[in-house]
Parts: sequence; C-alpha cells; structure tokens
Amino acid sequence: MAMEVTQILLNAQAVDSTVRKQAEENLKQFQEQNLPSFLLSLAGELSNDDKPVESRKLAGLILKNALDAKEQHRKLELVQRWLSLDTSVKVQIKACLLKTISSHAPDARSTASQVIAKVAGIELPHKQWPELIGTLLSNIHQLPAHTRQATLETLGYICEEVSPDLVDQDQVNKILTAVVQGMNSSESNNDVKFAATRALFNALGFAQANFSNDMERDYIMRVVCEATLSPELKIRQAAFECLVAISSTYYEKLAPYIQDIFNITAKAVKEDEEPVALQAIEFWSSVCDEEIDILEEYGGEFSGESDIPCFYFVKQALPVLVPMLLETLLKQEEDQDQDEGAWNIAMAGGTCLGLVARTVGDDVVPLVMPFIEENLTKPDWRQREAATYAFGSILEGPSPDKLIPLVNIALNFMLTALMQDPNNHVKDTTAWTLGRMFEFLHGSALETPIITQTNIQQIITVLIQSMKDVPNVAEKACGALYFLAQGYEDAGSSSSPLTPFFQEIVQALLTVTHREDAGESRLRTAAYETLNEVVRCSTDETAPMVLQLVPLIMMELHQTLEAQKLSSDEREKQNELQGLLCGCLQVIIQKLGSSEPTKYVFMQYADQMMALFLRVFASRSATAHEEAMLAIGALAYAAGADFAKYMPEFYRYLEMGLQNFEDYQVCAITVGVVGDICRALEDKILPYCDGIMTQLLKDLSSNQLHRSVKPPIFSCFGDIALAIGENFEKYLMYAMPMLQSAAELSAHVSGADDDMLEYTNSLRNGILEAYSGILQGFKGSSKTQLLMPYAPHVLQFLDSLYMEKDMDDAVSKTAIGVLGDLADTLGSNAGPLIQQSVSSRDFLNECLSTDDHMIRESAEWAKLAISRAISF
Amino acid sequence: MAPHDLRRPFKRPAISDQQRRRELSLQRQAQNRRDAQQHARCLASTLLYLQSPHPESTSEPEVEVEVEVELETETEPEASASEIDIRQASKLKGSQARKWFARQLMLPEWMIDVPDQLAQDWYVFARPAGKRCFVVSTNGTTVSRLRNGSRLHHFPSALPNGARNRDASGSAQSYSILDCIFHESDQTYYVVDMVCWRGYSLYECTAEFRFFWLNSKLSETGACDPPSQYHRYRFSLVPVYSCDQPGLSAAYTGETPYVKDGLLFYNKHAHYQTGNTPLALVWKDENCSQYVIDTDSKGQIPSQQQVVLELQDNGSLTTSDDPPVVFGCLDGGFMQKSGLCSGNLLRFAISNGGLSFADGKLEKADLHYLGKSNRARAFADSYSKVMFQYMARHSPIRYDDLIGSISSSIDQENKPSDVQMDD
Repeated sequence: MAMEVTQILLNAQAVDSTVRKQAEENLKQFQEQNLPSFLLSLAGELSNDDKPVESRKLAGLILKNALDAKEQHRKLELVQRWLSLDTSVKVQIKACLLKTISSHAPDARSTASQVIAKVAGIELPHKQWPELIGTLLSNIHQLPAHTRQATLETLGYICEEVSPDLVDQDQVNKILTAVVQGMNSSESNNDVKFAATRALFNALGFAQANFSNDMERDYIMRVVCEATLSPELKIRQAAFECLVAISSTYYEKLAPYIQDIFNITAKAVKEDEEPVALQAIEFWSSVCDEEIDILEEYGGEFSGESDIPCFYFVKQALPVLVPMLLETLLKQEEDQDQDEGAWNIAMAGGTCLGLVARTVGDDVVPLVMPFIEENLTKPDWRQREAATYAFGSILEGPSPDKLIPLVNIALNFMLTALMQDPNNHVKDTTAWTLGRMFEFLHGSALETPIITQTNIQQIITVLIQSMKDVPNVAEKACGALYFLAQGYEDAGSSSSPLTPFFQEIVQALLTVTHREDAGESRLRTAAYETLNEVVRCSTDETAPMVLQLVPLIMMELHQTLEAQKLSSDEREKQNELQGLLCGCLQVIIQKLGSSEPTKYVFMQYADQMMALFLRVFASRSATAHEEAMLAIGALAYAAGADFAKYMPEFYRYLEMGLQNFEDYQVCAITVGVVGDICRALEDKILPYCDGIMTQLLKDLSSNQLHRSVKPPIFSCFGDIALAIGENFEKYLMYAMPMLQSAAELSAHVSGADDDMLEYTNSLRNGILEAYSGILQGFKGSSKTQLLMPYAPHVLQFLDSLYMEKDMDDAVSKTAIGVLGDLADTLGSNAGPLIQQSVSSRDFLNECLSTDDHMIRESAEWAKLAISRAISF
Repeated sequence: MAPHDLRRPFKRPAISDQQRRRELSLQRQAQNRRDAQQHARCLASTLLYLQSPHPESTSEPEVEVEVEVELETETEPEASASEIDIRQASKLKGSQARKWFARQLMLPEWMIDVPDQLAQDWYVFARPAGKRCFVVSTNGTTVSRLRNGSRLHHFPSALPNGARNRDASGSAQSYSILDCIFHESDQTYYVVDMVCWRGYSLYECTAEFRFFWLNSKLSETGACDPPSQYHRYRFSLVPVYSCDQPGLSAAYTGETPYVKDGLLFYNKHAHYQTGNTPLALVWKDENCSQYVIDTDSKGQIPSQQQVVLELQDNGSLTTSDDPPVVFGCLDGGFMQKSGLCSGNLLRFAISNGGLSFADGKLEKADLHYLGKSNRARAFADSYSKVMFQYMARHSPIRYDDLIGSISSSIDQENKPSDVQMDD
C-alpha cells in the first residue's frame, strides 16, 4: 500500500492544531488498518535521505513508541505484537534501520540507533537477530566518521537495553574493543570519541570478565583516564561519568588506580568547568556510598572470601580530600536556597563532605575544625556559611564523645547567628545545622544531653522567632523543632521537658501554616510535619491540649471543602492542604486513640471527622485520598466495633480505593484499611465481604496494578478470614487457587537480583499470612475438613521455601507459624502429612535454635501445636 | 544513554513525613495483625468445657474424667451459659475461681499393680511433700490455688506476666499455669507439670513434651532465681527420670533438696487431663514417705483401715471413680433411721472380713459404719486409694517389685533417657 506519509508526518508537527489533530487521526487510522504496512512506511521514511529531517525523525519516534512503553503491561503487549509480525516485514524494517545509521542526517542516525536498540531488546532474548552485533562491528573500521559515531552510539544503546547475559563473551570482547578504540588517541574525530565514551558507560555492565583480567582492565582504565583530559568538555564529562560508574560497579578493582584518579579528580574540582567538576566530586561521593555500605554490612570486620572488603580509600585520601571539599564550600551561588532545582559545586562538595564524615567517623573532625574556626566569624557571608555548612555536614558519623563537646560550644553561637546574622543564606544553613545537632546528638540514647533545663527555653524561643523569618529559613527552623521533639519521643507517659512549651510551640506552628507565603520553600508542609511530630512525641500531660487541636484542624479541613470556584492551580493547593490536614488528624487519632481515657473523650468527634474524610474523596487528588484513607484506618482501629455505623456510607469509597490502579499507593493503603476494619468489626464485616473479596480478586488478576500491592492483598485475605471465620468458606474456591499459583511462582527465584528477592519474600509473607488467617479462622469450626485438600500444598510450599534457603527472617517467622496453624486447626487429621514434611523436622529445629526471638516464638508455637496434633 | 541525574538530597531529611505516616500505619497494621493472629492461636486451643464431657468419651477412660459430681450439679446453672476458657478463668474471682480450679488438677491414681513397659513408657520422680496447687500468672500478678480451689498465696513472681515491674514480651493478658507442690520448709514451689505457658495450652500435649517444655522454658524467666522484691517465692524443677533401673533408683534413693512424699509415675504419652487418671500413678513406702498409711484426725494410725464412700440413691456405697466402684449397700431402713441421704459421704472401717476379690474384681467388702465424714471433704475415696491402703496393710508393692518389673524387660532397658531434669 503506497501512501504518502511524509506530508502527514509533517502535518503532525504543524503549529495549527486543526491540521495537527487531523494528521494524528490519519496516523492512528493507518496504524489500525494495517500495522505492518504502517511500520514499513515509517521505516522507509526514516531511511530515505531524500525526505525532510523532521518527518524522518518523527517516523523514527513513532516506530520507537510502537516497540516500548513505560507501563509494564503495555510494554508486554507491544513486545508480543512485534514478535508476531510477519518475518519478511521485520527483515525489511531492520534493513531500513541499519541503512539509516550511515545517513548524513545526524537526527535520523540517532533516532535509528535508538530504534535498533529497542528491536534488539525484544529480539535478542528470543535468540533472534543474531547477526546484529556482527553487522554493526563490521561498520567500525572502514567507514566515514559519522557512521562510526552512529554505530558506537547504537552499540551503547543496545548495551543499555539488553541484559548482559544475552550477549556472549566473544561479542562482548569485540564490542569493548571497538568502543575503547573509539576512545583512543588514534581516533581523531571528537564526535566518534564522545559516542565511544558514552557507549563505554553503558557497556561497563558487560565488562565483568574484562575487568577481572589485569591487562584488559589496565587498558580500559588508561583510556578512560586519558579521556578525562580531553580538550572537549563533553568528552571529559562523559569520561568522569564512566569513572563514577566504575567506582560502584568495580569498587574492588580500584586500588591500583586510586592515586591517579585522585589526582585527576582533584585537578578537575579545582580547575575544570562545573559539569566536569560535579562528576569529579560525584566519584568520591560514590566511593563513600560503597564504603558506607560495606562497613555497615560487616560492622567493620571483613571476613569471608566472596564478600567485597573495604579498601578504606576515603580514609587514605582524607588529608587531601577534605581540604579539596572545604574549598568547594566557598563557591556558593547567591540564591541557591530558594531554587529547588539548584545543584552546584558547593552543594555537591558539602554533600560529599557529609558522606566522608559518615565513612570515616572521628578522623574527619580535626581536619574540618580549623576551617570552621577560621571562617565562622568572617565578614564575608560566604565564609560564615561555608564554615556553618561544614559543621552541619560532619554531625553524622563521628562519635557523640567527639562531637558533643564541640556542639556544646557551638550551640550558643548558632542560636545567636540564627537571630542576628544579616545574611539569609547563613541563617538557612544555621537552622539546618541546629536541626542536624538535634537529629544526631539529642535523644534518650545519649548519655550527656546537649539540651538541658538551662538552655531549652532559649532554644525554643529562638526557633519560634526564626519561624517568622523568610520562608526558607522558617522551614529549616521547623525542621530543627521536628528533631528537637523527636528526641523526647521516649518520654512515654511520664513528663516531657517539652510540656511547658507545648502550647506555645503548637500555636507558633499553626501561625506558620497561615502565613501568606507558606506555599514557598514547602514551609506549610514543614510546619504540619513538625506539628505531627510534636503530637506524636507528646505525653499524657499534654493530651488535653492535643484534644483541643481536633476541632481546630477539623475546622480548617471543613473550610478547604467549602471553597468554591477555584482555578486549577488553587484547587491543587487546596488538595495538598487537605492531604496535610488529614495527615495531621491521622496522627492525632493515633495518639489519642492509644489510651482509653483520651480515646473516650476524643471519640465524640468521630462522626464529624468521618463526614469530613468522606467529603475529601470527592476531590481528585491521589495524595488527599491516600491521607484520608490512612486517617480512616486509624479511626477504625480506635473505634473498634463502633465503626460499623460508618460502613454503609464509607463502603463505596473503600471499593473505589480498591479499584484505583493508577494511584497504586491509594490502592495499597485501602487494602491496609480493609485489614483495620476486619479487626475492628470482626464478623460484622460479613455483609461487605462479597464486594471486597470480588475487588481484591480482580486486583490480583490485573496486570495493570503495581506489583507491590499484591503481597498486602494476600495478607488481607488472612485478615478477612480471621474476622469472619468459617464464613470464608464461599471464598475458598477462588482464593485458594490464587494462593496456590502465587505460592508456586514465589517458591523459586533462582538467579534473581536483590530487588526481586525482596519482592518475592514480601509476596511469600503475604501468601503465608493468608494461609495463617484462613487456618486460624476455621479453627474450632465444624468445617475444618474443607481445608484438608489444601494441606498438602501448604506443606509443600513450606518445604520448598525451606529448601530454597533464601527466605528472610520475616518469612521464616510467618512460615513456621503457618505450620503450627495447620497442625492446630486440622489436628490429628493432618498429623501424618505434617510428620512427612521436611518443615516439621529440619525447618522447625532450625527455627527453634535461632537467635531471632520472633522466629523462635513462632517455632515454639508450631512445635506445641504439632505435638498436640500428633499425640491424639 | 541519558546522563544520570547526580543531584543528591540537599539539606533535607532523608524521609518525608508522609512516608513516615505511611510506614507507621503499616507498622501498626502489621502489629495489629500479629496480635490478632496471636489471640487466635491462644484462644480456641485453650477452651476447656465446664459442661459434662460428651457421652462418647466415657468409653475412653483416658480422655476425660469428671471427678466431683457434687460440684458439677452446683456449677451447672452458671456454666451452662457459656464455656469458660482459661483466659476467662484466670480472671475469675472468689468462689467461682475456687470451683473452677478445684476441677482442673490432674490427679494420679494410686499404684495397685505395676504397669507393663514401665521402663519404656514412663517417667518417675520423687514427689515433694507439701501442698499440691495450681500457680497462675497473668496481668502482672501470680496466684496459687490449692486442690480444693482456695487461694494459698497471692504474690509477684518472675513467671511470665507474674509481676508488674517486668516488661512483658507479648500481651499482658497472656497467662501461664503451672502444676506445683508448695514445700513449706524452704518456701519453694516445686513445679511438677506445665499446663499453660504464655497463653499456649499444653493440655493436649504429651507428658514427654510438657516436661521438655517445662525444662526449657521455666529457667528462661528467672523464676528459679532466689526470691527478690518482685519475686517472692522461688520456683524449682523436680528431677524427672526415665523409669529404667538407674532412673528409678535415682528417684528412690537420690538426694533431693525437699522432703520426699512417695514417687510419681507419669506415662510419657498421656495428655494433661483433669481429674483422676491411671496414666499418672503415685506409690509410696516407708523409705520415701512419712505418710504411707493414712492417719486419723488425731494423727494416729487407726487399727482398722478407714474409707470414705458416697451414698447413692439406691443405697449403694461408691468410690469417686468414673464409673464409680460399688463397695456395698446400705439398707433403706438403716438410711431412714440415721437420716442419711443420697450424696452423703460416709466413713467406714474395713473390718476383719477385709476385701474379697474374684477375677481381679472386688467382690465383697466387710464394712463397718463409723459416721459422716468431715464436712471439708469434697468427694469420696477413689478405688485405687482404698486398694493401695489395703495393700499397704497386707501385701504392699515393694520397691523390689518395681525393680523386678523393669528387669523382666531388661532387653529394652539400655535406651537413653529422653528427659533429664536438673535443678
């Protein structure tokens, strides 16, 4: 079918929206009528050097979008669609694409590169297009520079798109050879060099074997280091990006090069342009990240062969690294505190200094203190700010013993500076530093308090005063108060030092929320967050004052719901505020609901509060929904069986939440609230269970719902079963097969990465909690025999989990508990089955002798229940 | 190949308060789920019924034996309303509590013949002399109750939830129940069995398991430590032996910190069951007990054995067993003349005619009426008690007989003992 696509593609980019829409409609029709022909036309357009660049570029983009999508389920559809296309069509399209990378039009080449990578991403896992990489590599040597550039770019995109295990080592070697040659001094074309450097960045994940070979690694490292000295800025930047990636991917191979890299990075930080200097600093931040992880994991004592040891690169570089970073602190930008998107060398340097302090601890202190002492009182604000920032940065990492004497001296100075320094930037950093002091050096775990009877009054007065300052400073002051309050969270029901100031603090925070400019620098959010923390950490003494907050916050929420005729911008702000107010009420409900006397008084507001929450659901903001839902969950927990009276009205919003696939957080929270309601209402939830179960089962079968919601849904089955007992009977035929197939899928995860394993374990935990709830729900009923057919599978699941040896502690605890529940509910009927299972012997014994208190307790339960079951 | 964003969080707490609220909610929900689960696990498994056992259980004497017929009729109006589980029972007060706990102890029969397989299936230990009682710890306090349900002590202890100072791991409502003997001279509770632990019921567990559990759990709590402010009485384990030759000998002759009052034999496979059971046995001789032959109210051994029997509607005189064993019959005239009625507990002496047996069954007893029994008595003697006392006066089972019974199955003897309990 010959169709003139060029004009349509050009029209689709027209300024006139009627023309544009018409063209878009044409394209859509074309695609729907004949997909192969549509794709072929696009590929033809892209590869045709006689066509305008604009139409070629759009043709390529549409092709790319026909192969990949962000949403997982859509992506899978597109992959299937491509795979099922006629082979001859695919061959023609691929030929067009490969032809395009020799084109003289850079935009066409670049677009084709990306499309090739997408096709490779689909076909290589299916062992199709095996000749692709060979074909590309044959381009490398003889052709003009622009083709070499495009070929390298394509290889880079392919490496980004495809998993390393799909490309065999021989081809990896060839790719790396081509890439490194492209970066080499023998290559004279800078565009080729740049493309090669970017390609290396993506290919690093493929180079595992090559980095284990000393000669090959030396060569790669030499070429990368040389590239950092290129006269071309973008090449230097790309080369440093490679170094950053190497520092995290191949940390354990860095030792021979670290001295050279230090010299290179130091020079770049001092002399090079900012984009390059930022990457140079990032190299050290990334090394810090690695060492912090290693030291955290092993507690400083390295043992075992497969583990990565800590090489203490940061500690060794410390005497030169710290002065280098301190120097960057003086290069602040004038308004960086007001600019959300700001990122400059001073910020990067300070952040890196903070990471260095966390990596090396006490050793950083003597290297930083002289800088602070020298600059803290200088007339130039840059020096005062840099000194303060340096101090704030090192407050996490070094020991309290080392820091507390310094903080005791600095505290008073900082309080004065926060009141009197003429510069906003200095005040912002000062308030932030006070917050860091309270975050890390104030709390019941520390022996010598930095906040005492004598200075608490002054600290609070200063912070409250500072909350009237410009928004960015006031926001930091709120933050400092947040951590001040948090330090007293263990005061429990006894007296808190904050009690005398409680009223004043709450009043000041409420005043902040009403400031005209509270929308700037997220000031309003910070004020509510601090209010929440102050409430959370309050004691019984101040419960009457917390109670007084309830009608106040409810009134505010009421007002936001009454507001009429808002612009979309105003509506968005209104929704944000509703979220904050619901969040605040949630915290108050939890606080007052946790003790009987306050709960009793507070529940008089429950009806009104519930009515307000339900009205929030009328808004279209996911955040507001989520917060209202969380608050309702807390209310259900506090109200207990009394919550039943809200169910007729609340139910439809509950269902709505369970159907909210797009905002999966809302869905997840709603699933949690179903659990709250189950425990609150027990069997009174029965009339709503048909609807809830239907929705939950739909959620599970949907491939649109974010996977993180599925484990809580399984747990929720358990909550429901426990609440309604044997009435769960009618759901067994739906729930059990789902649980079984999910169990089978989650039993084996060989070769998965850490994320996948973590997810799998949360899925296992959900499945096991479901089994546990169902088994316990049926206990003592006359219908336990309905569960017998499922018992072999449950035991098999436990056995295979045990054999896999990759459960985390939470799963072990739940799993061994399920064994007990099975024995407890099915009793002697299941006795022989249980005795045959590996779980009842080896797994149980392992759990009984573990150090983990929770696992042992569950195991003891299981042992007891089994002993009863088999002794009948 | 988009360059990665290298901006890091700057002057910001690493976590937002919204995220914190979310996480705190999830934590609360997870905790509530655990509590609900825990509640379910403890709840139904500890249901003990105050109603009569189901009819079918009478055919199986091991399953459940009702002891105190008298109490049964008394409690019926209250009990019929609901079954009382242990958690509720642990909150009962006054006479209610007395009635409930009076029915919960497992009462060993007296050993009137030596069981088969003694070495294989039984444990033995020296019974401490003293008051048999239940010790219940819950809600920050500990109460001990005697066999008739009345309260012996109310005190703080290191048992789970047994004192107010201890931060309870798990719910404060969770309760533990121990079967103990309080030994006056060293003011120590010797624990002979474990019935519930931290809310979990061990009623349906075998003795083997209960002893294992008792042995591993009790010392963890610090209950075996010397008394202190929050732990008024010391608890102590009793050494339990497998009933092979060395075990029996250790129990019989071994030194104990307490005064012995006979030996107790527990069948390893038997559950804890309320009331009389033939799967726990008591045996005594003069070497291991000061009280082999019953004394009268003045502490003297009467010249003739005395028994207490219950008078039935039809005039028959029965033991407290279920089913009851008939020892004789009063004629209606005598009953009318002495103003006796059904349910009365009557004291008799066994006269020179003694007891006669045919095919191992009691055929005839030469009883001599002495009068009504002491009012404090709650129930008649059991058959095994009468028989043991009778044998003690005529042809007692001797220690050598026990040893002999073990040796007769010597080939089984070299099994290692499963449970060794030491102080």
